[in-house]
Amino acid sequence: MSELLQFLVSGVTVGAIYAAIALGFTLIYNASGVVNFAQGEFVVIGGMTAAALIGAGVPVWIAAPLAVIAGMLVGVALYRLAIKPAREAPLVSLIIITIGASIFLRGAMQAVFDKQIHRYDGFSGDAPLRVGGATILPQSLWIVGGSIAVFAFLAWFLNRTRAGRGIKATASNRMAAALVGINTGRAMNLSFALSAAIGALAGVLATPVTFTSYDVGVLMALKGFSATMLGGVGSPLGALAGGLLIGLIEALTAGYISSDYKDASAFIVILLVLFFRPQGLFGARITERV
Amino acid sequence: MAGQGTTTTAAPAETGRHAYLKNGEAGRPRIGPGLRTFLIFAVLVGLGALIFPSSYFYRVGTLVWINTLAVTGIVVLLGYVGLVSLGHAGFFAIGAYATAILPNYGIPSPLAMLSGVALAGLLALMVGRPILKLSGYYLAIATLGLGMLIWMVLSKEAWLTGGPDGMVVSGMNARNLFKLVGLKLKSAEAWYWVAGFAAAIGAAIAVNLAGSPTGRALRAIHDSDVAARSLGVDVARAKSRAFVISAIYAAVAGGLLALANGYITPDTGGFMHSVEMVTMAVLGGATSVFGALVGALILTALPQVLTVFADYEHMVLGGIMVLTMILMRRGLVPFIADLWNRRKS
Repeated sequence: MSELLQFLVSGVTVGAIYAAIALGFTLIYNASGVVNFAQGEFVVIGGMTAAALIGAGVPVWIAAPLAVIAGMLVGVALYRLAIKPAREAPLVSLIIITIGASIFLRGAMQAVFDKQIHRYDGFSGDAPLRVGGATILPQSLWIVGGSIAVFAFLAWFLNRTRAGRGIKATASNRMAAALVGINTGRAMNLSFALSAAIGALAGVLATPVTFTSYDVGVLMALKGFSATMLGGVGSPLGALAGGLLIGLIEALTAGYISSDYKDASAFIVILLVLFFRPQGLFGARITERV
Repeated sequence: MAGQGTTTTAAPAETGRHAYLKNGEAGRPRIGPGLRTFLIFAVLVGLGALIFPSSYFYRVGTLVWINTLAVTGIVVLLGYVGLVSLGHAGFFAIGAYATAILPNYGIPSPLAMLSGVALAGLLALMVGRPILKLSGYYLAIATLGLGMLIWMVLSKEAWLTGGPDGMVVSGMNARNLFKLVGLKLKSAEAWYWVAGFAAAIGAAIAVNLAGSPTGRALRAIHDSDVAARSLGVDVARAKSRAFVISAIYAAVAGGLLALANGYITPDTGGFMHSVEMVTMAVLGGATSVFGALVGALILTALPQVLTVFADYEHMVLGGIMVLTMILMRRGLVPFIADLWNRRKS
């Protein structure tokens, strides 16, 4: 019983990370229709930057925001330098561009930082808390709290603020949004910046538990995709639920089936969702735009 | 396609396409586009053999032709239909590992390779059908997962595959094929000819496919799913056919690599190898088999010449993908062919 509880705790912890990645991914998809294959790289940028700064003696409460800002800047650069120039390109070109960007960032990370695996101490120390026979790292609480905060922030931002509603309007019809005076260019910039910041934040929070290295971005992106698809593409609530579910499935696979194949569970979920319920758990039925 | 650029020799008033047709009618030996492609490839294979000074060059040359063959499969999928696969290295590895593993159980190499190819095709069919009913993004994501899954199995099941260290491939040597007809070649040379021949056949088939009813249907989908459907094309079926064909190309190339190298590792099925294949197609020009050749040639030869390439492999590959898409979306070969045609007219 305590064993199961332990698996659930670690499942929720990693699940919250995947949920944050999926939320960032959903934000860009909703605003621009672009499926950003480079989403996982933001997580790595956040984690690696924080690790480098903390390693250099910068206190964590300065390093963490700086790492998030670094991710945000890269997100804006990605939009301005790679996505925007190819704005009218067909879907397939946009896929290739974001994959290319993801590989490029992976290489840049290796060049700027190194090929080592990094971690730093948890924000509130690494002494585990004991709850009902299971142990919880304090950092897990940071991660789960962070994801919930991101979700709440996005819900508030997109529905209650002018800039957020501008993003939603741009997403639903770019030209109509421009006609009623919304600065659609700024909305796109903003959605890439926010999405990258969310990814980087996930990386900053997760690194003490999951570690990071220059090449985990693709894996992270794929887990984020699985979460998004399971939850339903385009739905923030779906992203949150999907992320937690993927985390739980992964932890239970690792615990009861094989830790060698824990990463495989996410891919199998993707395939099963695509086969049997492509709209996901919370998504609207998929209709193709002509 | 790109080949037409070289045959426009008629009066300047004619557009390229008409000039080509007219020349054909005016009693020039009528060679089909497939055969013509095969002959061009054959000449290039021979040319390579003429100038290569050592076995090392033959080995790199072999790699170029094997990559060309694999990328030709990407051309069918990406260039003809407009779909991206991020897991093609998985099919490549299935071909390679079947060719490596099955001979240990008493199955002769050619049959082993054939089984690998059949397995890859079957897997592509099973996975492709349901996913290809959906929008183009889903294939990219699903193949990304599928490729990683295959890579994972290859690295973890050490009892079968030797694990991350890879395995030795025992089996036939192409030398013996040439011995049958009385030719004595070094092993590296023999594999070079076999790989070149395979690439030439593969290119000819792909070119013929482009002109066939199936190929026309595929290219109609490339322009618009909906328009193709309204013309009576069974879009999901045509897409899954292209996906299976391209998986088969990758698996054949994988089998050849296993035999020619005599050693394989799970990285042949890794994500970066999938990315490499797509980059080759994108750089050369995914709409033509000559694009596959040019892309494969550049990205296979470059790392041999520039050590910088090995250190910054990721940045170079990623940068090429992004820049090609922004600056010359159709890739090098169509880009240069366009420039050439414009200068002529």
